[in-house]
This record gives sequence, C-alpha cells and structure tokens, in this order.
Amino acid sequence: MAILLNETTRIIVQGFTGKIGSFHAQDMINYGSCVVGGITPGKGGQTHLGLPVFDRVKEAVQEVGAEASIIFVPPAFAADSIMEAADAGIKYCVAITDGIPTQDMMRVKNFLSRFPEHERMILTGPNCAGTISPGRAMLGIMPGHIYQQGHVGIVGRSGTLGYEAADQMKRLGIGISTSVGIGGDPINGSSHRDIFEHFERDDETKVVLMIGEIGGPQEVQAGLFAKENMTKPVVAYIAGLTAPEGRRMGHAGAIISSAGESAAEKVALLTEMGITISPTPAAMGETVAKVLAKL
Amino acid sequence: MDIHEYQAKEILNEYGVKIALGGLAYSPDDAVQRAREIGGRVWAVKAQIHSGARGKAGGIIICKNHDEVANAAEKLLGKRLITHQTGPAGKVCGRLYIEAGTDIAKEMYFCLLVDRTEERIVMIGSAQGGMDIEALALTDPDAITKIYIDPAVGLQDYQAREMAFTLGIQADSMSHAVKTIKGCYRALRDLDANMLEINPLVIAANGDLLALDAKMGFDENALFRQPKISELRDKTQEEPRETAAADRGLSYVGLDGDIGCMINGAGLAMATMDMIKLAGGEPANFLDVGGGASAERTEKAFRLVLADQNVKAMLVNIFAGINRCDWIAEGVVQAVRKIDMKVPLIVRLSGTNVAEGQRIIADSGLPIITAETLAEAAEKAVQARNEVVAREA
Repeated sequence: MAILLNETTRIIVQGFTGKIGSFHAQDMINYGSCVVGGITPGKGGQTHLGLPVFDRVKEAVQEVGAEASIIFVPPAFAADSIMEAADAGIKYCVAITDGIPTQDMMRVKNFLSRFPEHERMILTGPNCAGTISPGRAMLGIMPGHIYQQGHVGIVGRSGTLGYEAADQMKRLGIGISTSVGIGGDPINGSSHRDIFEHFERDDETKVVLMIGEIGGPQEVQAGLFAKENMTKPVVAYIAGLTAPEGRRMGHAGAIISSAGESAAEKVALLTEMGITISPTPAAMGETVAKVLAKL
Repeated sequence: MDIHEYQAKEILNEYGVKIALGGLAYSPDDAVQRAREIGGRVWAVKAQIHSGARGKAGGIIICKNHDEVANAAEKLLGKRLITHQTGPAGKVCGRLYIEAGTDIAKEMYFCLLVDRTEERIVMIGSAQGGMDIEALALTDPDAITKIYIDPAVGLQDYQAREMAFTLGIQADSMSHAVKTIKGCYRALRDLDANMLEINPLVIAANGDLLALDAKMGFDENALFRQPKISELRDKTQEEPRETAAADRGLSYVGLDGDIGCMINGAGLAMATMDMIKLAGGEPANFLDVGGGASAERTEKAFRLVLADQNVKAMLVNIFAGINRCDWIAEGVVQAVRKIDMKVPLIVRLSGTNVAEGQRIIADSGLPIITAETLAEAAEKAVQARNEVVAREA
C-alpha cells in the first residue's frame, strides 16, 4: 500500500509555472506521478507542461479532482498557499519551500488544528525533499532512481542524508515502501511520531528507519510512541555528534538549545526505549538489514 | 540573529517597557559624557557583546565617579570577553552601554520563546531573578512558571496577570506589570523574535518595574520582512568566516578540528562530520554548499574551507539529486586548478551521473583521492590528514 502517496494520487503543483516548480513538476511526471495540473494565481486558464493551470486550489479540487499538492511558493507566501490547500480540501500537502518564518508556521499549525481530524490536511515539510513511494509516485525533488521498492519506511529531516540511506539500502538489495522528508525547520507539518503512526498502519512496511538530528524534541517523542504503540521494529540514526551547543547547523531547527537535544542524549534515550541505533551514518543500510533478517 | 542589550532595550522601551536611563559609548570620553548626561552618582558600564553572563566575565563594572567610568571604559573597549555562551574564542567588546545605577528592591526572571514541543510561544517567569534559569529548572522546577500563548488570539490579560502574580508583584504595580508583559509579547510577535529574555527584571526601590538586562534573538527566516531588525546586525560579533560564508549564500560553522569539509545538505554534512570523528579525526567546519552547487559556488566554498589555517586535509562529499555528479566534478577540478591547494583532497561523489563524475576526476590528472562510500571517504580523509601531520613532525 505504501503511505500518503501512490500511483493514483492526483497531484497539483502550487507555484507551477515558476522555474523551479516547472522543473520538478516535469521530473515528477517523468517518474510516473499522477500530476493533474497546477496553481499560479493570475494564470488560470493557461496550459503548462500540457496540463491545466488554475487560479485557485479549490478549482483544481473541483475540476480535476486534486488530492495532493506540492508547494514551491517563495517563503513569504508559502504559509498562505498551505492554508489555501487545506481549506480547499487537499488531503496531503508537501511544502518544499525553505525559509518560512517560524511564526507563519505556528499560524499554519493552529489553522490546521481547527479542522476535524478526518477532514484535516496532512502536511509534511517545509524545508524538505518531499515524499516518494518508490515505483509508484514521487511528490518531491529527490532523485527517484536511487529508491528501490520494498518494505522499509523511512522518515527523516534531511534530504541528502535520506538519499544516502536509500542508496545504502539499494546496494544491499533492500527496498522502501515510502520515504517521507519532514524537513529541517523548528516547527513542521508532521513530526517523526506522526509518520510513525502511518507506517504502523501500513501492511507493506515491515521496518521503520528514522533519520534524525540535533535540536528539538521530535526524535525522542517518536521513540516513546514506538515503545508504547508500535509492533514494527524501528531503527534510528541521529546526525550531529560533533555539533557544538548553541550553534545552528544549516537547518533552522538543527540547534542544541536545551537539555536532551544533543545527538548523544537522543541516542541514549532512544536506546533506553528499545530503538535499534545505527552507530554511524555509513551503517544505516546494514543496521536495517540486520533488523529485517530477524523478522 | 542576536542583537545587543542596548538595542533590545530601545525596542522594548518603544513597546512600553521601562528601562533605566542610559546611552551608548565608543570611547572613554563618550562614556564620561554619557554619565554626565544621565546624572546621578552611580553608573553601570556594560560591555555590549552578543552573550549573556557578561557580569561573571567582568563585562559589567559599577562606577561611583566619572574617573571610574573612564577607567572602566578604557578597560572594556577592545577587550575579549569569554563567557560560557561565547565559547573559548570569546567576543570582542566594541561598544559600551552606560546606564544609571538602579537601587534594586527585588529581582525576577522573565522570558518569552518559541516552544518546539507545543508549537507556540511560551512565557516563562520566576520570582527568583538574576540566576541561571536552566540551573533553577533542575534544582527547583516549582520556582518556574510556564504559560503558553494561543497564536490565534495572542497573550490575554489574565495570563499576564497570572505571570505578574507569580513574579510576586504587588497589587498597586499590577497594571504596569501587565502593560510591561504585554509589551514584551507584542515586541516578540510584531518583530518576529524567537527569544526575548529579561534577566533580571527588577522592582526598583522607588517601585518602578525595570528591565535591567535584555536579550533578544530573531528568526532569520523572517528578516526579509523586518528591515529595521536586519539593520541591527553587528558583524563584529560574528565569526568573520561565517559572515563571509553567509554573504555568499553558504552555510558555514567553524570548528576546532583540522579536516575541512564541503558537503551538500545540512543532514549529510552533520553525518559526514560524525563519520570523520568516528574514523578518528576532527572536522574543521560544517559547510553546506546547498542544492545547486555551480562551479563558481564550489570555488567559493573551497576558498572558504582552505582559509582556515588549521585545515590539513579536505573532504568533499556530494550526493547529487537535482545536481549532477559530472557538474560537481567539473567544479571541483576547476577550483583545484585555480587555487593552489597545499593539502590533500578527498572526493566522494554519489547519485545522479556518478560514473561520469568519477571519470572527470580521474582524467583530470590531479592528485585527488577518491572514495566510493561515506565510510571510505572519512577513513581516507583521516589517513591523509595523519600523513600530513607525520610529515610536518
């Protein structure tokens, strides 16, 4: 089944006609994703990449049955685009945009929380590489060819480190059900824990790999959830052993600002919760392989 | 982005927070002039550096006459202050804030910050001021009150009153306390700050509620809509190489090791640094060159990494997604040809067009050490670094 996304998911691109939006929309189409159109306010009625352009998200929902959206809108306007998607009835949204102000994301989260749970749009990102269900569909900017289809669910903050994991697994012949990027920002749409819930319910996923990093509480919260609620084994790697306290390591959210946020502390807490730790970033594939072998 | 105490106080004052009389000085003469203008008989001469805990580091000097003010200014200007927040490199004091001495009746702690668990602003206060709040949180958590603010409606009066009561403020000062607390919240919200700390917030002997110190940090993602805040940036308080990197759109953090790094993506960069450490080395820096690493960008990144005199070997680790390994390889070859590289270079390419990228490196005839995997790259970098060190010795 995979999670969040498959070959029939009807996708629209917000920020469709821009350079970056066009490039990645074409890449997603080439991968086999079911892209049905895009949004650029003011360009409604035009055709782009052979697909219809709409002024509003709700038109795309009504006219072409859009279910999922991907956002390439610049940071100043991205929060607005996310809220428009949620209001129009989009079920799943990936925000690629890097640089959205924290207070905008607080407002977005608050806005989403007002929808009843069964009508609430799932948001992943911002500042992420997107989501891919290999062999089925790609809703993101990753190199699709490095992902092999299979039974491991990946959730991670970083784009390229996620690619590294997929590549290590492919070399070992291990495939992926779905890989979800939750992004490097301090406040994001879905946490590691939220994605764990989806993987736990997914028949196809047998093992979950969490790729975390320094800063924030989300890796430990996910570990606690796994310990109490998950039947599937979880493997984790936490990046940033060498990161000094109080310094931002690239990602807006990658900063050790209070107790429990360093890589060493997270690893210690996750180990206590029964999570299998990949001791190095080069061992993510083999650690997953060992856990798979025990099933 | 951090700002200075005097800048934070100016901002807060505009939002209705009372502060003691004060003024900025760049020289001992300035300092005495400011003390004259302020009047009174006691002044605090305060080093303006981007760090808390300045008092313990000798950055705040209480003076009883103008000669003492001049001497304190002489002593502090140009001085490198080392606090537990600055790290061993410390920060150089280039400006002073001269402030009227305050007769303190009571010290309290107050701050507002983004809580990543609750995903909202939290207001934290304690009737025990002037001390390390993290230490207090460990020893006496009940002495700290946390109040979460709903982003849709903002801080309510009852919440501000609750905080004021917690701080131990008397009924006759209540309306001013509520105004102060709400002013702080509005400043944080309107200006996209992600942190505002007043430690200590004090009740003066005359009953006034004053911010005796003030620290504010701002969300860098929001600076595009806060031009006035952007202007407050003081580059002298930043590490010069990090400033140079930021000006070139690169994300760089200098560290103490000697293996220079250039990597695409923040997560992969942290992971590569971890791998260097696990292989027995120490990274000299964090550097994310980003997605579209052009030849020009690659050269800039190389120059930045190699500007660090400690670097004894350099590791490039690129996982090409949107990027292509052949483009990266071209950029690396060009950079090495242009820059007179004196240290060994280890390159690991992976992802889109990897074979083509490796061929370009091999055909260049340059003494570049290549690696296939992350582990191999880190091991080869540490080995190359050790050989350089052995040769030097």
